[in-house]
Amino acid sequence: MAIDFVARGQDLELKGIRKEFPGFVAVDNLDLHIPAGEFFALLGPSGCGKTTTLRMIAGLESPTAGKILLGGKDVTDMKPHERPVNTVFQNYALFPHMSVLENVAFGIRRRKLDEPLTKAQQALAMVELEHLAQRKPQQLSGGQQQRVALARALVNRPSLLLLDEPLGALDLKLRRQMQIELKAIQMEVGLTFLHVTHDQEEAMDMADTVAVMNQGHIEQMGAPEALYDRPKTAFVAKFLGQSNIFIGKVTESNAETTSIDFNGKKITGLTKRSEKTSGKIAIGVRPEKTHFHETEPKADPALNILGPGEITDIRFTGVSNQYQIDIPGVGEITVFAQNVGRSPVVELGAKVFVSWKVEHSFGLADLPNGAEETD
Amino acid sequence: MTRFSLGKYLLPTYVFLTFLFLMIPIGYTFVFSFNDSIKSNIIWRGFTIDNWLNVCDQADVCSAFGNSIVVAVSATLVSTVLGTMIAIALVRYRFKFRSATNLLLFLPLATPEVVMGAGLAAQFLDFGWQKGLTTVIIAHVMFTLSFVVVTVKARVATLDPALEEAGRDLYASPMVVFWKVTFPLLLPGILSAAMLAFALSFDDFIITQFNSGAVDTFPKFVYTAAARGIPPEANVVGSAVFLIAMTIVIAVQVRASIKRKKMLTR
Amino acid sequence: MAFVAFGSQAPAQEQKPTKTGRVALILLLPGLFYLALFFITPLISLIITSLKQASASGVIGRYDYGFELGNYAYAVSQYAPQIFRSFSFALLATIIALAISYPIAYFIGVKARDKPLLQGILLTLVVAPFFISFLLRTFAWKQIFSNDSFIVNLLKNIGVFGADSYIIGTNFAVVFGLVYNFIPFMTLPIYANLDRLDIRLLEAGSDLYASPAKTFQKVTLPLSLPGVISGTLLTFIPISGDYVVASRDFLGGPDTAMIGNVVEANFLRIQDYPTASALSVMLMATIVLLVSAYVKRSGTEDLL
Repeated sequence: MAIDFVARGQDLELKGIRKEFPGFVAVDNLDLHIPAGEFFALLGPSGCGKTTTLRMIAGLESPTAGKILLGGKDVTDMKPHERPVNTVFQNYALFPHMSVLENVAFGIRRRKLDEPLTKAQQALAMVELEHLAQRKPQQLSGGQQQRVALARALVNRPSLLLLDEPLGALDLKLRRQMQIELKAIQMEVGLTFLHVTHDQEEAMDMADTVAVMNQGHIEQMGAPEALYDRPKTAFVAKFLGQSNIFIGKVTESNAETTSIDFNGKKITGLTKRSEKTSGKIAIGVRPEKTHFHETEPKADPALNILGPGEITDIRFTGVSNQYQIDIPGVGEITVFAQNVGRSPVVELGAKVFVSWKVEHSFGLADLPNGAEETD
Repeated sequence: MTRFSLGKYLLPTYVFLTFLFLMIPIGYTFVFSFNDSIKSNIIWRGFTIDNWLNVCDQADVCSAFGNSIVVAVSATLVSTVLGTMIAIALVRYRFKFRSATNLLLFLPLATPEVVMGAGLAAQFLDFGWQKGLTTVIIAHVMFTLSFVVVTVKARVATLDPALEEAGRDLYASPMVVFWKVTFPLLLPGILSAAMLAFALSFDDFIITQFNSGAVDTFPKFVYTAAARGIPPEANVVGSAVFLIAMTIVIAVQVRASIKRKKMLTR
Repeated sequence: MAFVAFGSQAPAQEQKPTKTGRVALILLLPGLFYLALFFITPLISLIITSLKQASASGVIGRYDYGFELGNYAYAVSQYAPQIFRSFSFALLATIIALAISYPIAYFIGVKARDKPLLQGILLTLVVAPFFISFLLRTFAWKQIFSNDSFIVNLLKNIGVFGADSYIIGTNFAVVFGLVYNFIPFMTLPIYANLDRLDIRLLEAGSDLYASPAKTFQKVTLPLSLPGVISGTLLTFIPISGDYVVASRDFLGGPDTAMIGNVVEANFLRIQDYPTASALSVMLMATIVLLVSAYVKRSGTEDLL
């Protein structure tokens, strides 16, 4: 077999990838570039096409159109067993009829490399499971199985490692622990990781770059911080964390700021943080960037102020409280206040004002689903 | 659970009695394999193990038994291979004429043996084929095939396709994936299908009678002998087969229960 | 056992077939071709043979191709009692076997579920009869019920039987033998179905104020219907074509012959192939009609 192994990460490029299944288009004209050695996360809800994309890169599905390049080499028509790509499957897909050690040695044996068992033993040592080498996979816990799956893929030193929701089957605590381990291993081996997940926290926690996928295309891509700070579409704003979104016609736009009229109230954002500056647009703000006040704050061009409204719901989540505030004639706003003893103590039904800094607003390129029909 | 006051004693008693009833002819056959009979094996004339020691004194019984083994082994081999292939295709592949295929596989299960037997015999007659061991094997492959498909299909359906994908992902070509991943995982299903095909073929009488010509199989021998009285040697063969089969079944179950215990105490 | 698989048509997780391509044909064609050649063509041969006419040469056992529908009229007029008897016996034996088997299947599948050892033993006992030739078992019953047997003498002594009463050769003996032979075929599919019955559904039934009997009637029975259907088919179909039990050498007598006996006699003894074939074709047609109507009514079309 002429598999081109370079024993280090290579860059992956998808060019105009399209995948049609009978009756629907799973992936539509997807372009993507993942630099060598990067931890890249493909984030999206189920059915968005992320798993199909991963399967095409692994060679388990062939694209209807487009090219897949690995280290500059076209691998689009290569069979899965001819690609220097390995996958950690969603439910691990460990061979139940083989020992843990034989599972890990499987790829090495197929490639007819020397000392498959020694290499497998080393890979197991890396995930700290060498003492369980002779067990059958069914005798391991979920977290241990996950690590065997990882060792089985990594032992081959693939140019690209694909992870298909690898932590989805684990409970929350174990998941957090595995996230840390996975990230550490990636830094240690320096391979390119492509991680598919629907868990936004997981993606933001681990990845260098996150691409948010929706309905077969990438909505937005960037560093987790940038993505969170400035979502560009309503989908990203809502899928990645929570957002308050206000829709209205632009009333004023200059080099500095852009304002809309939202049910009679003026809401302002920075023009450089706005995707659109004319017509009907959506401006959003993160709930943790908003504050409430028991008395009306002094009008300030650097502040957006709404209210008064009534607190209709308070949810205690530990580190913070989530307040739901209903402002008559305006709508509902969510405010997160950290429980650090600084925010005023308010009760259900209290009348409050809400404010946030203009620079924390973000202007979206589109309107949330369903917004077009209303008004 | 429902606390059916009747069920507490009534149901177990009923089950016990029914099983007793089921076992009566088996016990009878077994006991009369030790009968020191002279000509007919109807009246108890005393205990002997001669029938067991000298089964082949009744040469017909032995040769019929041998034929049954030859037929069952050959038919099992062919129908297990063909049936496994079909079962994999049915679960894993999309293809046209699926419902026609399902119907074709279901029909033999829904056809009385006498119809299949007579039909095949009519065809051999038309073709001018000489009836014999070969025609019996052909017939047995035909009627066991659907049973194999049903049994193996159930196993294929529980096989996670991701395992095969993992094999392909780990540099195994399609052939290697089949032999290293698919086949070992299907093996229990294939084995039980083969055992079933063997049992069905070995015990078949009606289809065999229509297509065997002068060749005797064990059931056919019993049928023919019934008119003048079945010799105790036939009881010996029947009982021996029964004991061997039961031993296999019990061994399989004991192994399964040991495995179960092992899994629980990991 | 396939009978178990037969009863459990719906696998735990239904997979959607994903792969396409020529491999499917390579896998399917040999087996399907085999069935076409040795199952479908024989059925056609049977139809052709059933329409043949006596050879002009007059040799016994030789027939010429023809379109002699009279063979069917002859078969019906000649063998109407046997045809009627076959289906009556099959229906009666199926109902009795169902009544006997359902409680057993229920006990193994539901009551014995948390005792794997007992369940294993009972299942082994259900299949045990399969491991000894059914001809030997049927013959054993013949001996047990023979005219000077212990049982018949006992019945005579206690006055149930008259001096010239007998069992072997009666309709009772034949139906008895049929029921006995097919109890396992009925039990296994029902067991396979009940074994997958979620106990929590029964608990929900009693939680919702249903008495045990009502729970059984409204929950257990409807859910086990697919198993009952498989079982009745696996019993009714083979019985309707059986000729061993009703044979005079086994449990039958002069007036117990079924279609199978007639087909055997005509085909293998007097070499009247057209009549035997006509009877077989009618049997097959009736079964196909009955089965498709039954399956359609019961709503389980995916039997394989």
